Parts: sequence; structure tokens; C-alpha cells
Amino acid sequence: MSEKVTLQIDGKTVEAEAGMTVLEAARAAGIDIPTLCHHEKLEPLGGCRLCMVELDYGDWQRHVVSCVFTVEEGLVVNTRTEKVDRMRKGILELLMAHAPDAPQLDALATEYGANPRRFPQDASFCIHCGLCVRYCAEVKRKHVVGFIDRGIRKEISFIPEIAAKECNDCKECFPLCPTSYLQAAFVLVESLAFPRGE
Amino acid sequence: MPLLKTPAELETFRSELAARRDPETPCISICAGTGCLAYGAAELITAFREELKKQGLDAEVDTRGTGCHGFCERGPVVVIHPGETCYLGVKTDDVPEIVSTTIGEKKIVDRLVYQDPATGESAVREEEIGFYKHQQRHLLANNTRIDSKSIDDYIAIGGYSALCKALTGMSDVEVLEEVKKANLRGRGGGGFPAGRKWEGSRNAPEKTKYVIINADEGDPGAFMDRTLLEGNPHSILEGLIIGGYAIGANQGYIYVRQEYPLAVANFNRALEQAEEFGFLGENILGSGFDFTVDVHKGAGAFVCGESTALMTALEGRVGEPRPKYVRSNIKGLYNRPTVLNNVETWANVPLIINNGADWFTSFGTEGSKGTKIFSLVGKIANTGLVEVPMGITLRDIIFKIGGGIPDGKQFKAVQTGGPSGGCLPENMLDLEVGFDELTEAGSMMGSGGMIVMDEDTCMVDVARYFIHFLTDESCGKCVPCREGLRQIDRILTDITEGRGTEADIATLEELSELAMEASLCALGKSAPNPLLSTLQYFREEYEAHIRDKRCPALSCKELISFHIDPAKCQACLICMRKCPVDAIDGGKNRIHVILQDKCTNCGTCFDVCPKKFSAVVKLSGEPVPEPIPEEERVIVRKKKKKP
Repeated sequence: MSEKVTLQIDGKTVEAEAGMTVLEAARAAGIDIPTLCHHEKLEPLGGCRLCMVELDYGDWQRHVVSCVFTVEEGLVVNTRTEKVDRMRKGILELLMAHAPDAPQLDALATEYGANPRRFPQDASFCIHCGLCVRYCAEVKRKHVVGFIDRGIRKEISFIPEIAAKECNDCKECFPLCPTSYLQAAFVLVESLAFPRGE
Repeated sequence: MPLLKTPAELETFRSELAARRDPETPCISICAGTGCLAYGAAELITAFREELKKQGLDAEVDTRGTGCHGFCERGPVVVIHPGETCYLGVKTDDVPEIVSTTIGEKKIVDRLVYQDPATGESAVREEEIGFYKHQQRHLLANNTRIDSKSIDDYIAIGGYSALCKALTGMSDVEVLEEVKKANLRGRGGGGFPAGRKWEGSRNAPEKTKYVIINADEGDPGAFMDRTLLEGNPHSILEGLIIGGYAIGANQGYIYVRQEYPLAVANFNRALEQAEEFGFLGENILGSGFDFTVDVHKGAGAFVCGESTALMTALEGRVGEPRPKYVRSNIKGLYNRPTVLNNVETWANVPLIINNGADWFTSFGTEGSKGTKIFSLVGKIANTGLVEVPMGITLRDIIFKIGGGIPDGKQFKAVQTGGPSGGCLPENMLDLEVGFDELTEAGSMMGSGGMIVMDEDTCMVDVARYFIHFLTDESCGKCVPCREGLRQIDRILTDITEGRGTEADIATLEELSELAMEASLCALGKSAPNPLLSTLQYFREEYEAHIRDKRCPALSCKELISFHIDPAKCQACLICMRKCPVDAIDGGKNRIHVILQDKCTNCGTCFDVCPKKFSAVVKLSGEPVPEPIPEEERVIVRKKKKKP
């Protein structure tokens, strides 16, 4: 049997297995922490930063992302402080410059009081959660879709030669995409590189 | 090439070198650092060799291309030994005179020595020049004494004696304790105590450990590490081997940017030489310690200077930081204990081992010991590399060493710490330079970039420039950095182009908090520094841009207009002819007028208007005066009296 660790999340005493992340421990205890780039079958990316929580050490506090930080004995975690909520609101507003109408973002915006139209709209509605890229690589081991370029110019891109062979019978990444950008990118590569019936 | 198997063999070799080298033999040292090479130092070296041959002196006079001397402003720098006569800005045409006068007749060529622009006094030796006089050069000192391509030169001045001392005279723990006692803090930006980092790795249970040189110096305007790598690569390598010994690593790496071809070449050569001499490989100097080093060239991403991104790139994957909450000295490269230190940090190690921690801590401030190299650039009279003791004031660096602001302009701000550093105003000039002191002031030490700005610099535009740089270099993995910096960049661009709104400053502060608190790595966490420090010290400039659509420094193109003062214009036609868009109306004896609807604010007229007229002025936040009526534009000149 693996070692048990006791910690406090939002005032609730939670028992978790050593090595678990704070996010896993919270969700197992029925405490919800929002995420966009997390998937239980995938290595944590730590990219969306939405699952940020406060660690309270009494005389000082620290903010970490709960999808990466592992549980420690006696840890005191607060998932909804004023600052945590402010950070989440900010992250959502930045992402909604890309995808103001994505249902998942919309629900979170309501929860955190984020203004979906705070920033000017951008043409691309990809939010770079990387779920499609990582799922294809880590679970399917096909590497059909990857990231190209860096920073604000970074975008997902299908490799047509592999996509033509692999995608039509799989499409397991489609439901993972929070904004449907992936589907759009797929339709584009399909129509340009391997039209149906050819 | 000798293989030196024991400390005794190293010392014998060193004394043989000394016996062969007569310090009285004249030697012409020519700076062959990147700056001086760009000025034509390579041609200069050839010219000296040919001239010596021509004058029949080639057998008795040595020539040597050395590492960077630091005084890049006045390159190429030539120093003639013995006597250390220093000539600045030397051209190939000067070579025959130098050889016949200084080598032949032992006399000084007066026109090539330094003259203090303020006092007019001449300085013949480097150490008499204001730029050098106030420095304390330990790391850079040897740059000027050795040919960076020659391991003999390095050994002759005591090279590898620290390695020998550490490997054969000290236990690994003693080496570690000495570095800890020296309180050597990381010179790459973070300022983390190197000794504590080393200790963590040493004590980590995993047996295979690594040491790495971070030579991915990417800050705009910074060239400290480059100069050390190019000028004295063995000193860095020696530090690395000692570090490997202290923590129990047998494998070292250097991650060096490929944009530094000379540094890569010189370091590679140093590695080959060190292998031949037995300073790398198995059983180094008979100590039983084995060590090898591999070179990894970076592919041009600024973020790879961040420790975890560097290690990810070294493993052959996309250079993005890791989200882990475990220190890389415990789990770093290939998840093994890894000590990553910057070039300058490693270069300090042999000095500490040779001279002792007490020597190292004898200069500096309470929290920051030793010396620090800064690259002093921007609106400064003496551009170059300076090495100063920690605790020196910014004022001394900028005015005593840097010679102040050129062209009679006023100092406005100094930006320290690279793109993620902050801008400090005039009333902070007496700040003592140290890691904690700079951080408290809202800036940081960073790796040692120091950009001086004068009254013509717009601080909003400076913030925009650095944020734009960081937006471009963000890896894009986390939202606060990728998306947050993009919005900050957009808002700052709007402000500098006259589209700022009252709400902007609050939005900028909010986005800065998000980036600092929620970003994945240090790039995003420190990125808002240039914005926040300029907001702290120059807030009124932001407000002027937003409220009055005025750029107080008369620098933001969209917020200024050019105007020709009719009372000063002498109708000389120069600006009219140079204007690239024909936006100047005028003619011979007709006062020139800028056609505002055609003008693109390029500033050419301002630049070419003769200083004695200074008729072209920049205006911001005020309407351009109406052009004077056509009939008043004619200039009637008095006829020159015949003599």
C-alpha cells in the first residue's frame, strides 16, 4: 500500500496518496479546481495556469499550479482566495480574446466574473492548451498534430502525410478541444492536402 | 603537446615556459575581441607582422592577438610591452610609425594615446586612463595578457594551478566549503548562492551528476560572457572542472549560443588543448578524477537561457521551461542532479580557489561579494566592458568609468539587468550596485547589462521596446506570459502612438501582476520589470502620452511634428534636398516650410539642419504654428563687403 498524506484543502481535511498532485487530491475529495490544459491520461503541461491555488504556510503564502505541485504532509491549500480568483479572471479574459464564445470558457467566465470582450478579438481561436498535440503524441503515439513556431506565433499544425492515414478512423482529439479550433484546422488540412474521395 | 600526468609535471612545464619567455622581449598585443575585429583588428595584426618583417624586427618582437580589453569605444586597442604603452583607435596606416617610433626608438606616438576629453591630459598606459583607473579587473585582467588561442599563454600566467590545487591538495568537500564561504552568487541573473546550489547536487542521492556552463547570453546589449569565452576560455573551463570535482560530476556541458562563432571556436579549441594536456579525460593530474565536456550550440531562443528550458533543449527537445516544482540541482538534466552556472560564475571559481574565500569576500557589499562585469552601452561616452567591485555606485560606473553622457546631454535613466531589468532614474544614481540593492530599487542585477539613456529617450518607448522583445521571445507555453505580454505590448504601442486611454495604466498594472504571479518561468515572472519600474519612476511620461498626446522626450514619432522656425531658417536648401518625401517648400532665399500633410516625421530635416542655424524644431502636444505668409518668406541678404 502506498504512503498516505494528510492535507487541508479549503478547510477540509483530505487524505491523499503520496506523489499525487494537489489537483488530483482535491478532485478526489470532491473539490473542483478549474483546468483547461489538464487531462488525466497526459503529463501535466502547466500551461493554462488556471488551476493555480494558494499554499498557506501561516506567515507566508505561495501560489502554485495544482496540476503539477504534489501533496505534502500538513499542506494547507486554498483554492478560492481573492487573489486566486483575480488570476483566473485575468487568464480567462486573455484567452477569450481568442475564443469568446467557447462554452467551457463562457461558463468559467460567468463563475469568475471575467469580461469576454475585455481585449480586442484575435483572428485565431486556438488557446494553446496543447491537448490535441499531447494526446496524439502521448496516448496515440502518432504525432499527427504538433506545434510550430514560438510564443504568440505558435500554432497547431497537422502533418498531412500522417493525417491522411491516421485521422479519419481516430479523431479522438476532437472532443478534447475547448474551442473547436482543432476541427477547423483539420478540415483545412483535409481539404488542402487529402480531399475526400481521392 | 605534453601530457601532464602529475602536479609536478605541470609545474615543470610552467617553469620551462617562464624560462623560454623573457618579459623584456617587446610584444605588441592587439585586441582581437569581436568589437576590435569589427574595427579591423585582424588586418592590423597582419600589418604589424609584415611591418616588423620589413624593418627586420620580426625575430625580436612578438605580436599577439589577445582577448577583449573592454574599451570597445576606442578600438582597435593596441598595447606594447614592456612599458604597456596603450594606443587607441589604431589604423593600419599607423603601423609603420608605431613600429619605428615605439619599438625602434622607444618613444611614444603622442597622437594615438588617450586624451581625457575633460582635462585634455594624456594617459600612456591603460591603467592611467579614467575608463580603467576606477575598475577592479580580476576576471578580465588576463584577457589582455594572453592569446586566447594559446594554452601555453594561460599556463604561463598560472593557469590550471587552481585545478591542480583543488584536485591534489583539497578534498571535494573543502572545495565546496571554500566556494560556500566566498558567498559566490550566480552571475547569470538570479543571484542564487553557487555554493548552496552545488551542495544540493552533491548531497542528492542519484550518483550520476552534471555541471553545465550557461553561455546562452541573450540580453540585448550584453557581451560579458561572450568576452570571457572569446578572450579567456580556459579560465571558465578550469572553473567547470573544479565544480565537477566538488559535486562529484564526471560530465560537463557548455550550452553556448551559436550566434557567438568566435566564442564557440575558442572554447572548442580550449577543450581540445585541455584534453591533450590531460586537464580533461581520465585520472586528471594523477588525482583519480575523470571529467569530460561536451559542447551544445543553442539554436537562437532567448528562453533557453532559463535553466529548465536550457536543460530540455540540451536533451534534444523543444527548449521550453518545465513546470516542475523541484530544483534542477536535484532533478535537472535527464532528471539527474545538475549544477548550471553562468560563464562569469564559473570564471570566478579558479580565482576563489587560488586566492581563498577571504580574498574574494574582501570586496563587495554585505550580500554581494567579489567583482561584477557590466557591459556599459547606450548614451555613454565610453562604451565597453567594465569590471567593478560590488558596492560601487551607479554614478561612479556611469560618470567616472563611463565618462558620462556624450554631446552635452542630460542623464535620464539607466537600465540594468537586461530586458527584464528595470530603469533607474537620476536620484537613484548613488545606489550601491549589488544583487539585493538593485532588486529593492525595482530593477535587478541580471547578467550585467547596463544601458544608459539620455534626455532624448522616451521611457514609455523603452518599456515598449523591452516588452516587445520579451513577447517575441516568450516560448508561448503559459498564458500569462504569451497572452499577457502580447496585450501589454499592444497597449504600450497604442500609448506611444497616441491611442492611449485613461484606463490603460490600471490594465497594464493588472496584466503585470498576472505575469509576475502566474507565469511558468522567470522570463514571464520578470518580464513586467521594465514596465513597472518606468511606471514607478516616470509615471508622468505615461500620463503625458495618454492625456496630452505629448511625448516629453520628443521621441515618439506619432506624437511629434517637425517645424522650421522662420526666424532661424537661412534657406540653405539642405533639408529641402534631403527630405525623402518632398515635404519641404522653399527655395533659394526663400524660408523653408514643412508641408505637414506630406511630412512622415522621419527626422531627416532635423538631423541635417546645420547646428549653427538649428532652425528645425520638434514639437509635441502643441499645434504646429501656421506657416508664415508667402510674401514674408523672402530673405533679403546683405551683400558681403569686399575686403
